Amino acid sequence: MMIFITLLVIIMLIGAICSCIIKDLLSAVIIAGVVSLIASILFYFLQAPDVAMAEAAIGAALTTAIFVFAIKKTKGKKDEKDD
Amino acid sequence: MRKTISFILLVILLIGIYYAIAQVHYGENKMEVSKHYINEGLKENGVTNIVTSVVLNYRGFDTLGEITILFIGAIGLGLVLFGFETKRKDIMPASLILATGCRFLFPLILLLGIYIFVHGHLTPGGGFQGGAVIASGFLLSYIGCSKKRISEKGINILESLGGTIFILIGLLGLLFSGYYLSNFLPKGTINTLISGGIIPLLYIVIGLKVGVELAGIIYKLME
Repeated sequence: MMIFITLLVIIMLIGAICSCIIKDLLSAVIIAGVVSLIASILFYFLQAPDVAMAEAAIGAALTTAIFVFAIKKTKGKKDEKDD
Repeated sequence: MRKTISFILLVILLIGIYYAIAQVHYGENKMEVSKHYINEGLKENGVTNIVTSVVLNYRGFDTLGEITILFIGAIGLGLVLFGFETKRKDIMPASLILATGCRFLFPLILLLGIYIFVHGHLTPGGGFQGGAVIASGFLLSYIGCSKKRISEKGINILESLGGTIFILIGLLGLLFSGYYLSNFLPKGTINTLISGGIIPLLYIVIGLKVGVELAGIIYKLME
């Protein structure tokens, strides 16, 4: 179990760094969603199921979707100005 | 003149804050409060999920602040996006798999969300989590079956109704047992669905409000 958790933490750290470095915004948002998902799994292992539920529903699903919509909206605006 | 008055008011305010802070005893055992919650929470509220009894009873006022913040956030988003009338020109119809899956999964996700917040006082979860699950169900329905929309009027009515009922329950507590959001209803048998006084009622209200609000945010962003 300890190895599994350590692996998750390592993936989470790599993901967090990647989402900061990466240039493509959409990929960064998706990676941030994955980081949230792993965080929720870790919350569950730390015996905080309430927080895990909130993190999975809000962090992984809703925030990612809202960011994707926001990126789509702002990009559309910029393209119209460029044309 | 004005400066003097504001200076005097500031001094009075500072003295008031000083006396308020001076009443808090520092240096005592910090675990005392959490020990009380863990040992007495079940007895005082009749709720098996201690997190719920802290969130809705001991810290109920903070929860009111949280749902207010969410409400203001939703209003602010509506305000920012008000001028944006970008017409969705080419809406790609969802694929057959997505459309069918959405039609099949949407009621189940709604049911799961409602289950989470109705059982918030017995099992992990509660209003915020259930509301978020409901909102993610609406997200799926927006992506999958893009023709189905909940009306904006319904969103507004449910939002305001949720907030009003929360405050009214708090005021009833003030009326019946002396302080805001006190648990004035009978506690019932521990570990049954109808138990815990006002806590299940509050969580149902919060769940509906949060779910509808987050769904409204998604709705506004997708338009």
